Amino acid sequence: MQTLEDLTREAITLANGHTVPAQASPLSESVLEVSRQMMICNGCRYCEGFCAVFPAMTRRLEFGASDIHYLANLCHNCGACLHACQYAPPHEFMINVPRAMAEVRKDTYTAYAWPSRFGVLYNNNGAWIAIALAIGLTLFLQMTASFLNGANAQTLDLSNFYSIYPHNMLVSIFLPIFAFVVLSLSLGVHSFLTDIGQATGAQDASTVAIAHASHDALKLKYLDGGHGDGCNNEDDAFSKFRKYFHHLTFYGFMLCLAATSVATLYHYLFSWEAPYVWTSLPKLLGISGGLSLAVGCVGLLVLNMRRHPLHGDPTQKQMDIGFIFLLFLTSTTGLLLAGSHQSSSMPLLLSLHLGSVMALFLTLPYGKFAHGIFRLAALVRFETEKRLPSNLGLSGE
Amino acid sequence: MLDVLVIGGGNAALCAALMAKERGASVKLLESSPRQWRGGNSMHTRNLRCMHDAPQDVLQEVYTEEEFWQDLLKVTGGQTNEELARLAIRASANCRPWMVKHGVRFQPSLSGALHTARTNAFFMGGGKALINAYYRSAQILGVQIEYNSEVIELELEGREFKAAKVRHKDEKGELIREEWIQAKSCVMASGGFESNIEWLRQAWGQNEWGEYPVDNFLIRGTRYNQGVLIKNLQDVHKADMIGDPTQAHMVAIDARAPLYDGGICTRIDCVSLGIVVNTQAKRFYDEGEDFWPKRYAIWGRLVAMQPGQRAYSIIDSKAIGRFMPPVFPGSKAQTLEELAELIGLDVQAFLQTVNDYNAAVQPGNFDHTVLDNCSTSGVLPIKSHWARKIDTAPFYAYAVQPGVTFTYLGLKTDKQARVYFSERPSKNLFVAGEMMAGNVLGKGYTAGVGMTIGTAFGRIAGDQAALAALGQQEN
Repeated sequence: MQTLEDLTREAITLANGHTVPAQASPLSESVLEVSRQMMICNGCRYCEGFCAVFPAMTRRLEFGASDIHYLANLCHNCGACLHACQYAPPHEFMINVPRAMAEVRKDTYTAYAWPSRFGVLYNNNGAWIAIALAIGLTLFLQMTASFLNGANAQTLDLSNFYSIYPHNMLVSIFLPIFAFVVLSLSLGVHSFLTDIGQATGAQDASTVAIAHASHDALKLKYLDGGHGDGCNNEDDAFSKFRKYFHHLTFYGFMLCLAATSVATLYHYLFSWEAPYVWTSLPKLLGISGGLSLAVGCVGLLVLNMRRHPLHGDPTQKQMDIGFIFLLFLTSTTGLLLAGSHQSSSMPLLLSLHLGSVMALFLTLPYGKFAHGIFRLAALVRFETEKRLPSNLGLSGE
Repeated sequence: MLDVLVIGGGNAALCAALMAKERGASVKLLESSPRQWRGGNSMHTRNLRCMHDAPQDVLQEVYTEEEFWQDLLKVTGGQTNEELARLAIRASANCRPWMVKHGVRFQPSLSGALHTARTNAFFMGGGKALINAYYRSAQILGVQIEYNSEVIELELEGREFKAAKVRHKDEKGELIREEWIQAKSCVMASGGFESNIEWLRQAWGQNEWGEYPVDNFLIRGTRYNQGVLIKNLQDVHKADMIGDPTQAHMVAIDARAPLYDGGICTRIDCVSLGIVVNTQAKRFYDEGEDFWPKRYAIWGRLVAMQPGQRAYSIIDSKAIGRFMPPVFPGSKAQTLEELAELIGLDVQAFLQTVNDYNAAVQPGNFDHTVLDNCSTSGVLPIKSHWARKIDTAPFYAYAVQPGVTFTYLGLKTDKQARVYFSERPSKNLFVAGEMMAGNVLGKGYTAGVGMTIGTAFGRIAGDQAALAALGQQEN
């Protein structure tokens, strides 16, 4: 493990806009493979209309590590270019852009992770998720059990979670974890942006660029296939299911976050303490969010299991499925907990829920969640770069 | 009995199958390739040349029937049938909504191909995406599709189609069984014979140096266009033919391209920005005669006429970034001597050629977007435009060889896409796509016109085949 001083030094270096040496731009095999494929794609360009990757590609003649890290995170793994490709396997050119990009993507998460040594958690991510879940569940089940067996057990109010875990205790457990998540992801994406900034025009993103990138990310524009028919899943047919289920998952997650935030405001600003009634804003947000998240996760899981075998990187399936599983566990235990009002199962459900939430948060910076942050960053660079004049002047243009 | 048998699995065949099915006929489509190679040369295409009297979604300004016709007249040097050509041109004006209905999507002209933004509608994702869409639609409509199924001969009674002999193969290409499939009518749309190297070798023969030029040809498209049916119709059934077997659309492509299916990305687009020398280090044609998109199709034949069927496109660093990036990196050297050694040319001869050319370059204002005034004087062949000295290291060389896109030999046909025997049409045998494109395109080429012809005649053939089949049923 790195010492605290090392970590601090690393954080300061990153905050000053420098990348950590030797970590950011390794010319790995996965990078070389994308570079090989991009040289072929750049001579064809038939896929230009599908997404942002190919227009970004045509601004380049050569592909260095930073270019490829950028392109890989622009790729949404929609599969359209694979099914449309005249050079896809069994063609000897063996072009499979979604897979090659996915492999680099994981390497970028690993390379830019903060603290950098934690980057290894992206490998065998399923094991990391299992450990985090075990830690979370053991901790909360143990604490609940010791409370129920303890002297204060008679004060238990089955309608109030705080009778087991006082509000301040929960805050003191989750706030540091949450703060670490934010810090870790911010520093990670910051060093990613520092690396690709030079390769994408070396100009700061304008408000317009950020607004466009956010819009495209929130709408999942690049899961539309460019024609609005959607993306590919098990074959060359297009469908909007992935986009819809992803929306349910993401916006469900945001509703749950909003429920917690509103409840925090109630607690501190108005001293309105939980439990809240069914018609209260935190409950309404939480329950609709939980339902949306649960349905979204099931949908994404089914689609993931049915994906065409050539899509994406098969070694990352455990990371995808592990993240979906944790989100699903968090949402369903939360919903059950909300329904356990006055029931004797409340302490158990509360432990399960808090344990899942803890595991989810512990794994956020070193798992699938990173894709959203890195992709948004890449889209911001795309929107910035495309507003700059191209320095290529192809004949015929 | 089956109504319509469609032989082939590319754009024209699928258009025919979909039209026949829409008419209510039962349809079977036989594709000789395995599923993953389906679509023949269509999977390498990218657009459709379209007439339009007003700007449309992806098409700018206007491109009238007359202008399209004049373009066709120019590239074919008059080797075209005006009636059929105008039929295809007019069909291009209103076929796109039908294509969209069957799942094809369009995108704006690609970067690097903006000269076609007015005349050509690009398929989103290219020709393979189009093929995928048509196959999905055909499947949904209930067209029976069989892969690995090659038709090797037809049975005719007089001019009437009776049955087709099919060889069904497994995924490895091993024969499983043969059968005769009967149908009330038949559409043949199984491509030219450009993949049949043996046939090309016979047609081209030996050159003045005793070489078989075809030995150095590469095939830009599918390996499945063996011309088996063309041969059967020509030799056994004595169908009326058009075109010359030695005529083919040929482009100079990267010598490192694979023998088959190299497709679009193996082209070398820097010819007009430098010079081209043969294996004797001699220039042999005006590299700056016209814009590259108007000239690239003559260079295949030019290179085919050189010893060893090989040439080298030479540029210096001033040209970098001004042409579509090549797939394979070029040979790169800091001096011309090194470059000559690297590509195996006689150093003295190469230096002589470059020096003679450099000395002949006249002052001018270089602009690769117009026919500029940079030309040579006192060197043969001249270079009419974009002539700049080759003097700025690093220097690059790209070896090129002839790449065959398609052949022109095919079956004579008419406005109903009927096959002719001794100048009389068949009632129930139709033809579409590359097998008859030579009627409209006797020689030359202009971007996207193959798909225009394939779509127009594929649709006509399917419609006529369904009418012929269903008419019989009523009787």
